[in-house]
Amino acid sequence: MPITISIHYNPVDSDCEGLIIARPQNILIIGAGSAIARALSRRYAGRGCRLVLTGRDPEALQRQARDLTLRGAALADTILLDVNDSDQALQAVIDDARGRLGSIDAAVLCHGTLPDQTSIAHDPARVQDAIATNGLSTIRLLCHLVPVLRLQGNGTLAVITSVAGDRGRGSNYIYGSAKALVSTYLQGLRAELHPDGIHVMDIRPGFVDTPMTSQFRKGPLWSTPDRVARQIEQGIRRRRDILYTPGFWRLIMWVIRLIPEPVFKRSGL
Amino acid sequence: MNHLITQRCSGWGRYPGIDAAVSEPRDLQALRDQLRALSPGDRVPRGRGRSYGDAALAPEIISSRWLDELIDLDEDAGILRCGAGTTLATLIEVLLPGGWMLPVVPGTAEVSVAGAVAADVHGKNHHLDGCFSGYVDSLRLMNGEGEVIECSAQQHPEVFRATCGGMGLTGYIVDVSLRLTRVPGPMIRQRCLRTGNLQETLVALAEHNDSPYSVAWLDCMSRGHNAGRSLVFLGEHYRAPPVAAPGPAKLNIPFSTPGLLLNQYTIRGFNALYYRIAGRAEHQILHSHRYFFPLDGIRHWNRLYGRRGFLQYQFVVPDASAAQTIRSVLARTRKAGIGSFLSVLKRTGPANRNPLSFPLSGYTLALDFKYHPDLLPLLDMLDDVIAEAGGRVYLAKDARLSQERFQRMYPHWEAFVETRRALGAHHHFNSLQSRRLGL
Repeated sequence: MPITISIHYNPVDSDCEGLIIARPQNILIIGAGSAIARALSRRYAGRGCRLVLTGRDPEALQRQARDLTLRGAALADTILLDVNDSDQALQAVIDDARGRLGSIDAAVLCHGTLPDQTSIAHDPARVQDAIATNGLSTIRLLCHLVPVLRLQGNGTLAVITSVAGDRGRGSNYIYGSAKALVSTYLQGLRAELHPDGIHVMDIRPGFVDTPMTSQFRKGPLWSTPDRVARQIEQGIRRRRDILYTPGFWRLIMWVIRLIPEPVFKRSGL
Repeated sequence: MNHLITQRCSGWGRYPGIDAAVSEPRDLQALRDQLRALSPGDRVPRGRGRSYGDAALAPEIISSRWLDELIDLDEDAGILRCGAGTTLATLIEVLLPGGWMLPVVPGTAEVSVAGAVAADVHGKNHHLDGCFSGYVDSLRLMNGEGEVIECSAQQHPEVFRATCGGMGLTGYIVDVSLRLTRVPGPMIRQRCLRTGNLQETLVALAEHNDSPYSVAWLDCMSRGHNAGRSLVFLGEHYRAPPVAAPGPAKLNIPFSTPGLLLNQYTIRGFNALYYRIAGRAEHQILHSHRYFFPLDGIRHWNRLYGRRGFLQYQFVVPDASAAQTIRSVLARTRKAGIGSFLSVLKRTGPANRNPLSFPLSGYTLALDFKYHPDLLPLLDMLDDVIAEAGGRVYLAKDARLSQERFQRMYPHWEAFVETRRALGAHHHFNSLQSRRLGL
């Protein structure tokens, strides 16, 4: 019997589904140590992308860069950055990143903390810290990134916010309001940058099983960093505006936003 | 670790289960801090939870999930170093395009590299190439005090040999250096032989002992002069235009199916059908993933066995008594009216020097049984048959072996216990299995 082999091998675009697809090649990841960023950077590394990673822990960054190189990244450079640093520091990091990458096809902002609401609520200094890290720092970084992308005339700004920003809940509203600040900012920025061809994506993950959420009991609504990263990569390629990930969170949050406030405030959510 | 939540955990067989406090240290420092803060107790490292029984179960479980970084690849020497939690699937994905492959892979790529070491897994080439540990260049082990010990066949050899196959009981494996092998590409040329009974199957496996890979799928429900009829799948690496690796599993079993789904009639039907259909193409060229890991195409296939789970019973028996013992095991299970949905027979090569390593020269048969209380006494009976024949059961699949039978099957268990005590590991690392086996 003759041996027949069918070949469907396309190393460049094996999951292209006939849509317009601009594959980002040069990628800046802020907060690269987060579990979602880690999974996302590995996906890009596997595609042979060039990556610049920022984070606070120099050793962890070095290890991550080595890992990404072995996974196929054409470049995996690291820059130390605390997102609450001065504007000069932020500017220097963005300049450095652009220098290494040439152009920034996509900047993905993944940094953040999950403050324990009960221990910081009504402590003004700690509330300020939480909002600075999760909200203000992102906006400040975007201020430095926008001129770079404008000059290029293309690129994606993708920011991880949260479904927690969709409605203030008694149990998590400081984190939520910081994320809501960013989401609203991104809406405006998207409209402003649309004529320039710059894509602004708001990524709203639901519950993701990461070290940040290790103290939570996991249920069927929980997703994994790998799954979220896959959807982020796809969202960037398809130039989505607001990405709920996994997608069913769009429906859940739509329902939650519909609940009248007099009911919601009693719901204990 | 004051706020660790407990969660229901079980092995791949989903029997037994335990409410365990699971921690997932994000790097070595976090692991060290955690181990130092703990008092002596029962805890066990866990990779991807692919051991079937209770080997990775304890009241405290320390997952290697985030310790999954690739650390180094020396392309000249063909040596790769990676973190404990890296899966073999990841390694193959990274290595195969460059023409490298892991010299030994088990039946699923979803195991962690440290899990593969701890179970000293074998593959379809054991008859020629031996166990996974034969290709471990060195490994680093963290003890209960958070100190790291590097060991290899030359350096602390007794620690190394006890750790390979040691079911995570000598310490926490943090990273592993592996020797790789060159392959001409990702494809495998498969030849399928159909045999009519057990004797023919054993002869076919022995006759093709020089085939780099071989494995037999056995129809355990066949009876009379057909008993033990099989499809023998031979394989070798083959230079052919590559097809894309199968992507993430497309089939998923989203929840436990009613346990009734798998009964002796459906099992008999499936096996008879498979015997007819799968053997039709004698020669086939397929992606190595499909040859090595056919079940990875179905996510959560363990849920097919229902809520109460299943036990995989894998044993090895020496050549001399193989035919008789396997025939007797098959007859006893058939008589008890329980079928194995999937039965896999393989030829194994000589044993290595690791005290708890499973394979020895002969044949190994793996049977899957849906959990039922009546199953346990039957398996005890099979244990006696196998121990009598000079064989043993595989600890990575085990959930119920008795201490006394274990000691008969693994004559070097005392050497293992000695090494474990010398390391002080018995204060810190104990699993449900180690307690049961008296290790």
